[in-house]
Amino acid sequence: MSAPVLDVRGVVKTFGDNVVLRGVDLAVGEHQVVALIGGSGSGKSTLLRCASLLEAVDDGQVLLDGEDITDPRIDADRVRRRMGVVFQAYNLFPHLSVLDNVTLAPTVVHGRSKADAREEAQALLARIGLADKADEFPDRLSGGQQQRVAIVRALAVPPRVLLLDEITSALDPELVGEVLAVVREVAAQGMTIVMATHEMGFARQVADTVAFLDGGVLLESGPPAQVLGDPVEARTRQFLARVIDAGRL
Amino acid sequence: MTPGVALGAPSELELFRRAWRRRRARRSTLVALLSTLLFAIVAYLVVTSAPGWPRVRTTFFSPTVAWNSLPEIGAGLWLNLQVLLVGGFLVMVVGLLAALTRSLRGPAFAPLRIVATAYVDLFRGIPLIIVLYLVGFGFPALGLQGMPTSPFVLGTVAIVLVYGAYVAEVFRAGIESVHPSQRAAARSLGLNHRQTMRIVVLPQALRTVTPALLNDFVALQKDVGLISVLGAVDAVRSAQILVGQSFNFTPYVVAGLLFVLLAIPSARLADAVSARARRRQQSGNLL
Repeated sequence: MSAPVLDVRGVVKTFGDNVVLRGVDLAVGEHQVVALIGGSGSGKSTLLRCASLLEAVDDGQVLLDGEDITDPRIDADRVRRRMGVVFQAYNLFPHLSVLDNVTLAPTVVHGRSKADAREEAQALLARIGLADKADEFPDRLSGGQQQRVAIVRALAVPPRVLLLDEITSALDPELVGEVLAVVREVAAQGMTIVMATHEMGFARQVADTVAFLDGGVLLESGPPAQVLGDPVEARTRQFLARVIDAGRL
Repeated sequence: MTPGVALGAPSELELFRRAWRRRRARRSTLVALLSTLLFAIVAYLVVTSAPGWPRVRTTFFSPTVAWNSLPEIGAGLWLNLQVLLVGGFLVMVVGLLAALTRSLRGPAFAPLRIVATAYVDLFRGIPLIIVLYLVGFGFPALGLQGMPTSPFVLGTVAIVLVYGAYVAEVFRAGIESVHPSQRAAARSLGLNHRQTMRIVVLPQALRTVTPALLNDFVALQKDVGLISVLGAVDAVRSAQILVGQSFNFTPYVVAGLLFVLLAIPSARLADAVSARARRRQQSGNLL
C-alpha cells in the first residue's frame, strides 16, 4: 500500500469519565473503502468526528496525506476543506435551496464563480437523478433524496477522503438502496472512503477493508470476506451473530 | 389526496360531524359575544354612575381640548417616531453584536465574553428611567468636548443601551436554538466560524426570533415616550405642557391614544409572523 491518505495513530478520546476511543490505529490508502462496523457506543462515529476535526483528540495523531492534522498549529478550516463529511441526519441547510446547499462550499470557501459552481452542481445533481429538485428546499425532499444531496454537497469540491457517518441509519428501509447506490458509484470512481455503517451486506460488497470496533478498541480488520465471514475474535463473531439474528446480513 | 382517485360524497358520519362542529362553533360565538356585551354594559354603568364621573368626563375626555391639543402632541409624536426608528435600528446592531460576542467559544475570547455578559446583566437589571437620568444628566456633566447635550441624542443612547441588552438575549436564544449539527455540517465543508455564523446560523436564528423581536419593538414604541423626562418636547412632554396651561388632563389621554395607534400595526404584524411560524411547524389542526 502506498502512503495512506488518512492515518489514525493511537487515537484516544474521552468524554468526562467515559473513554470512547482507547488508542485506535487505522490507515486508509488512496482509493480504499474502509467500513467501520461495531455496536452502538463502540466509537465508530467518534472516530469519524475526530478524523474530521469536529472533536479534538485526547491523545494520538491523525495524519492527512502525511500531515499531522491534530497539531494545534495547523489551520483546521483549511484541513476540513480537504475532507467531505456526510452525517446520519443529513444536516442540509434548511434555509437554502438544494442548489445553494451544493454550491455553498465551492463559492464561499473555494472562491469559484457562482456560474461555474452552479453548472457543476447541476451536473452532479443530474447524476444522482435530482436535477429537477435543484430549486426545492430540503424539507420538500424525502430522506433518501436529502441524503443523496448531502453526499453531492460533500463532493462538490472533490475531497481527499469522504467520511460517511451511518448515513443510512435514519432512512426508511426502502430508501436505503438509492443512497447506497450513490456511494457505490462514488467508490467505483476511486474516492477514498471511510464509512461507519450497519449495512453489513453493503460493506461486504463495496469495502476493501472492514474494521470492527468494540468498546473503543479496533479489535480486528481485514478483507470483508475474512472479517465478516470468518472472524478471528470471539467478540466479532458474537456481534455478527446478533446482526444475522436481526436479519441485517 | 392521490390524484385520479375521485372521492364520492362525504359519508353520513362525516356529515354529522361537520354539522355538530358547526353547531358548537355557533354556540361558542354567541356565548362569547353576549358575555363581552354584558361586561361592556356593566363597566359603562359602573363608571358613569360614579359620583365623580361628570367631573372626570370634562377633565379627561373633553372633545374640544382634545381637538385643540392634537397639533402640538402630533408634532411631539414625530420626535418619538424619530427616536423609535433611529433607536430601533441601533438596538438591533448593539443586540446582535453583544449576542455574537457572548456566543464566541474558546478561552481566548473570555475577556470579550465577560464584557458582553456584564453589559447584558447590567442593563437588563437597571430600570430604564434610571439609565435615562444617568445618561441624560451624567454625560453632559462630564463636560467633555463634543459631548452631545440634546435630550434627543442622549435619550436615544439610554434607550439603545437598555433595549440592546434585551435584544442581545433574544438573539442569543435564537443562535442557540440552531442545532449544533448545522454548525458541524458547515464547518466540515470548510467554512470558518464567521462564515458559518453569517450564512448558516444567523439566517435560521433570525427566523426563529422574529416574533420575539417584534414584541420588543412594540414595547420600545411606548418606552420612547420616556425621553420626556430629559426635557425633550415629545408627545408626552407636549401633553404635560398643555395640561399645565389648561388644568385639563385630556391631552394625556390624547397622547396615550396616539401611542396605541402607533403600536397597533406592529402588534398585528407580530401576530401574523407568529401565526406563520406556527403554521410552518404545524401540530395538527385539532390542537
